[in-house]
Amino acid sequence: MIRVVLPAHLRNLARVEGEVALAVEGPVTQRTVLDALEARYPMLCGTVREHGTQKRRAFVRFFACEQDWSHESPDTLLPEAVATGAEPFLIVGAMAGG
Amino acid sequence: MSKVRLLVGTRKGAFILMSDGTRKSWEVNGPLFAGWELYHIKGSPADPMRLYASQTSSWFGQIIQRSDDGGKTWHQPGTAPGEPTTTPDGMPKGESNKFVYDTSAGTGRPLTTHQWYDGSQRPWEFKRVWHLEPSLEDPDTVYAGVEDAALFRSTDGGKSWAEMASLREVKGPLWQPGAGGMCLHTILLDRSKPGRMFIAISAAGAFGSDDGGKTWRAINRGLKSQYELPDPDADVGHCVHRIAMHHSRPNVLYMQKHWDVMRSDDGGDSWYEVSGNLPTDFGFPIDVHAHEPETIYVVPIKSDSEHFPPDGKLRVYRSRTGGNDWEALTDGLPQRDCYVNVLRDSMAVDSLDPCGIYFGTTGGQVYGSADGGDHWMPIVRDLPPILSVEVQTLS
Repeated sequence: MIRVVLPAHLRNLARVEGEVALAVEGPVTQRTVLDALEARYPMLCGTVREHGTQKRRAFVRFFACEQDWSHESPDTLLPEAVATGAEPFLIVGAMAGG
Repeated sequence: MSKVRLLVGTRKGAFILMSDGTRKSWEVNGPLFAGWELYHIKGSPADPMRLYASQTSSWFGQIIQRSDDGGKTWHQPGTAPGEPTTTPDGMPKGESNKFVYDTSAGTGRPLTTHQWYDGSQRPWEFKRVWHLEPSLEDPDTVYAGVEDAALFRSTDGGKSWAEMASLREVKGPLWQPGAGGMCLHTILLDRSKPGRMFIAISAAGAFGSDDGGKTWRAINRGLKSQYELPDPDADVGHCVHRIAMHHSRPNVLYMQKHWDVMRSDDGGDSWYEVSGNLPTDFGFPIDVHAHEPETIYVVPIKSDSEHFPPDGKLRVYRSRTGGNDWEALTDGLPQRDCYVNVLRDSMAVDSLDPCGIYFGTTGGQVYGSADGGDHWMPIVRDLPPILSVEVQTLS
């Protein structure tokens, strides 16, 4: 199972606590993980990726294994540690404020 | 006894304020949707227990919330608590948050560009819902004014939304964002003629439809924007901040423009200035007394570069003559060191007699008057910056 960490606002929307676990068939990429997330929690459609274009929202970041994956192609394979569930895939609200 | 329910949207959540008909003491409930921007919350005139809310975030986008019990519980339409999150055939729900411009061959219009701050052209891009206007007759029908400016409608209680795309045909490429964004912020429905409606956009102007939004016309003749537009009398491009109408006289429209308070006696076909003796005619909200269609209210703000009351004195101005002759209402409002703003959707009137009037400030205060503005009291003082105030009069 893929482990996904959501920011607090999205956990509230999805009515979950802690990490969510998702089954992803085939290659584990941003796109397949987010497809699985939105299929399981449809209220999150449009909150991480834009409706229609499926582009990452500007103030959302994707971290995994201490790397920023936000600017990678959505079809790039995520690290093996994410695919095996050893490490989580983090969806993060970009820093704001002073 | 009657009750009054105030629906307050703020930068950090929603609040519901309740009082009985005396409007002397208030119960404050909230925050709801804490941490999110609540641009607007409004109840259905056809079913006051049905509320719609626009919950939005620059980070996570647009969420539509709905309550069927007067704000006690909320859900995203189509995803009620306890319901499966997918349809029987496994398709995801979540359509209630989906605002996609209609470019289809049948009902849509090509998605063109609009003017950007630097004069370049920029594609339309959905950002948020500024205003929700439930139908006068049907609790399941609701209109949404959005940024980038467009009008959407739901006929299934907010579960799905369709753009009324013909509005963008009215010289859309000449529209431009004001400082707050290119938003459709005002939707007025005419009780006397189903299908007749008026909307306003910053900075495009005011528009009217007589056929339920199938076709639109610009209604900006008489507006002058000599400091904002190269052609002061242009058909579109004016920075309209708010328009208001009394249901008994739907041909009389009042407007708070960027600068100038304006009036139309012919349903928007022509406008004339009624700023009169106001200390400044810049401001955001404008509203009409519930029982006196010639009594109107504005909150003058010093200027477009100094968004606070002149001289640090928070004053509502009332005209009992439909404009031109204005009196300052100050009793109970701070008359020194006050530098808040009052945003366009942050004023509302109840329908009790005497009429109650309410407004919220960017300093987090909600002020109310139970006597048409003669005397004011702070209902609550320290909320987050207030984006919108609506009121429901409940029997």
